[in-house]
Amino acid sequence: MSQPGELTESITEDGEREFVLDVRTQDMQINMGPQHPSTHGVLRVVITADGEIITSAIPYMGYIHRCAEKIGESVDYDMFVPYTDRYDYLAAMNNNVGYALTVEKIMGLEVPPRATWLRMIVSELNRVGSHLVAFGSYGMDLGAFTPFLYGFREREWMMSLFEKICGARLTYSYVFPGGVTNDAPEGWFDEVLQFCDVFDKKWREYDALLTRNKIFIERTKNVGIVSSDLALQFGWTGPCLRASAVRYDLREAQPYMFYDQVNFNVPIGRGEMGSIGDCWDRYQVRMLEMLQSTRIVRQCVERCLADTSPGEVRTTLKSLKTAPSEAYVGIENPRGELGHYIMSDGSDTAYRCKIRGPSFCNLSILTEILPGCMLADVVAIIGSIDIVLGEVDR
Amino acid sequence: MSMAFLVTSETLSNLVQETVPPYVSHGIFHGIFDELLGGGLLGTLASIALGTMVIAGFASGLPAFWTWAERRIAGRIQQRPGPNRVGPFGLLQAIADGVKLLFKEDIIPANASRLLFMLAPGIVLAGTFGTFAMLPLSPNGIVVTAPLGIYIIVSLMALEVIGVIMAGWASNNKWSILGAMREAAQMVSYEVPMGLCILLVVLATGHLDLQGVVQEQEGGFLHVGNWMIFRSGPMLFPWGLVAFVVFYISLLANTKRAPFDLPEAESELVSGYHTEYSGMRFSFFFLAEYAAMFLVSGLAVCMFLGGWNLPFVPATFFRENGMIGELLACAVMILKSFFLVFVMVWLRWTLPRIRVDQVMGLCYKYLTPIAFVCLVAAILTEGLAEGSS
Repeated sequence: MSQPGELTESITEDGEREFVLDVRTQDMQINMGPQHPSTHGVLRVVITADGEIITSAIPYMGYIHRCAEKIGESVDYDMFVPYTDRYDYLAAMNNNVGYALTVEKIMGLEVPPRATWLRMIVSELNRVGSHLVAFGSYGMDLGAFTPFLYGFREREWMMSLFEKICGARLTYSYVFPGGVTNDAPEGWFDEVLQFCDVFDKKWREYDALLTRNKIFIERTKNVGIVSSDLALQFGWTGPCLRASAVRYDLREAQPYMFYDQVNFNVPIGRGEMGSIGDCWDRYQVRMLEMLQSTRIVRQCVERCLADTSPGEVRTTLKSLKTAPSEAYVGIENPRGELGHYIMSDGSDTAYRCKIRGPSFCNLSILTEILPGCMLADVVAIIGSIDIVLGEVDR
Repeated sequence: MSMAFLVTSETLSNLVQETVPPYVSHGIFHGIFDELLGGGLLGTLASIALGTMVIAGFASGLPAFWTWAERRIAGRIQQRPGPNRVGPFGLLQAIADGVKLLFKEDIIPANASRLLFMLAPGIVLAGTFGTFAMLPLSPNGIVVTAPLGIYIIVSLMALEVIGVIMAGWASNNKWSILGAMREAAQMVSYEVPMGLCILLVVLATGHLDLQGVVQEQEGGFLHVGNWMIFRSGPMLFPWGLVAFVVFYISLLANTKRAPFDLPEAESELVSGYHTEYSGMRFSFFFLAEYAAMFLVSGLAVCMFLGGWNLPFVPATFFRENGMIGELLACAVMILKSFFLVFVMVWLRWTLPRIRVDQVMGLCYKYLTPIAFVCLVAAILTEGLAEGSS
């Protein structure tokens, strides 16, 4: 047979010369990232595309691998807290909480109730902030600029609340083994309540601007459908899993801190616009979760003020040495189950520190659901999974 | 060899006077060179050249204004100030940007096709700026009066596609070629509904030049009744309004404005067909886009919104007041076009982007059939009017 691009000549029965040029189309291999505006960091996806249709997609990661686990095995338990801020930099409070709970479990530390209430308030506020970034950058991925700035407007207030309580705006290190660094300043709880009220009003703005936008719905419904089976197979957790109609939220399934004492709903995907588990569902689950978070914050503020007295927010660590033991604590991060596994050999550093990152597990499904989609759907799907590359690579 | 230069101006003008006038004639600058150059072809060419220079100055001033205006409007929409540092209200921002782009290094990728890469921005710019010559801004304010004005405008606008495909191909970048492919598919598709709407206007007014189209829209109820947008047909079907909406959506797609900005979708294709361009070459694409925004808005105003006509103002007012009338007409025309450009900006900062297949679906499943219905309604209306008179 002829080679691609080869010109063959033959003589027909009528004695005429006939030329045949072997023309074949070829799939185009495109390297999306690590420098690409909408891979949410330094993700690299090697895409093979037949025109606009994807035939295969392979994600490559590791571009911001910073040896978080190894550092966790080299430094003292309390010295690792600032590193936890940095793997999922959009939800530093939740990471702090996850690590602190694990170390407390291994050391058998009791935390004052006020510290636990404060931990819940800050982690729910951070969940709102993280979902706001997901909301804004998802709009940006689909070509809508304005929601991004609307989301950041509210997030700005949330960050100034954190600035008031701990001095930092992105990497807080506020929650550490044994409690929290300090009590809330005067008037802080009132401002938190005020934020919740204003946020619930602004939420309706997002709903009208993006969620119910016809073009947005057309872009996201029936795109990147993940069935509940597939989601479970790939170890999905968090809003992505719940969007596939699996009601699994660690705050409800294995209540940690005082989550069993507050009321909240767990939104799941209903296939309102298209099918269950499509991009719109994943997006909407996050949007609804934000309202639940403000609801939790209100209850926590109320209980914190009623049940506890100011000042008691930390226990003193007598020694960093623990008995040889191991502990695993998974908490509900904005992106899913963030698990810390620590194995101690009796010294003051961990023998093994393993982090189970939700983005890492959620990301692995790309090879499964991207083929068959259009090129424009790649950003819609990656955006709907809401990954933070810092936490994928750690 | 020098024979070509020996041809006298008389011979040339005799030659051209037989061929040129039916298709192209001098517009607003008609006559000012006649005494100097003895009329004929040279006078015509000189007046067209002067007019083109003036209009090119106007056309390049527009992007400078609109880049600033768009960013300020976007700032208002997004609750931030927008550029406000360079000059009063940041008005000189465009000049600062221009200076920056001029001083940037001119990079041509190593594996690019150099000639095509360098030629492409020029073709895009020429296609858009050339079209301004046929856009009337006032009863006599047109550089080239051509009886086939609308055809020339549409064909010059189509030139942009060639430039974009050249840019995408010559860049030797996969994102660029994808952007160029999208652009080609989109522009060619949306010329169908656009062409149908133009055909409808031509049918209803009986003119192929925009001045004639505007003249046909004078008068009527409150001096707006004859505007194409208010025309309706059998059983009060408002085909004028419907065709205007279809036309405007097609224009958005033709100028690659949101929500149809797929060829340069920065979240998908990095920057589309101009990914590899930088400095002045990049700014040529940019200038062309903003000039085209005004141009197509002007086209829509002339065809559907009565051109320079205003409610309650008789059309003769602009015609009989000499220079003042012309300038006022020009101001009305520009303001109306600016409003349509503003709507484009407003849409861009509100809507997400449509997907490729949906862009095509919108064109062939909705806009084209609707435009056909409007065309049929227009034919019936005009036919009934002919029959009754």
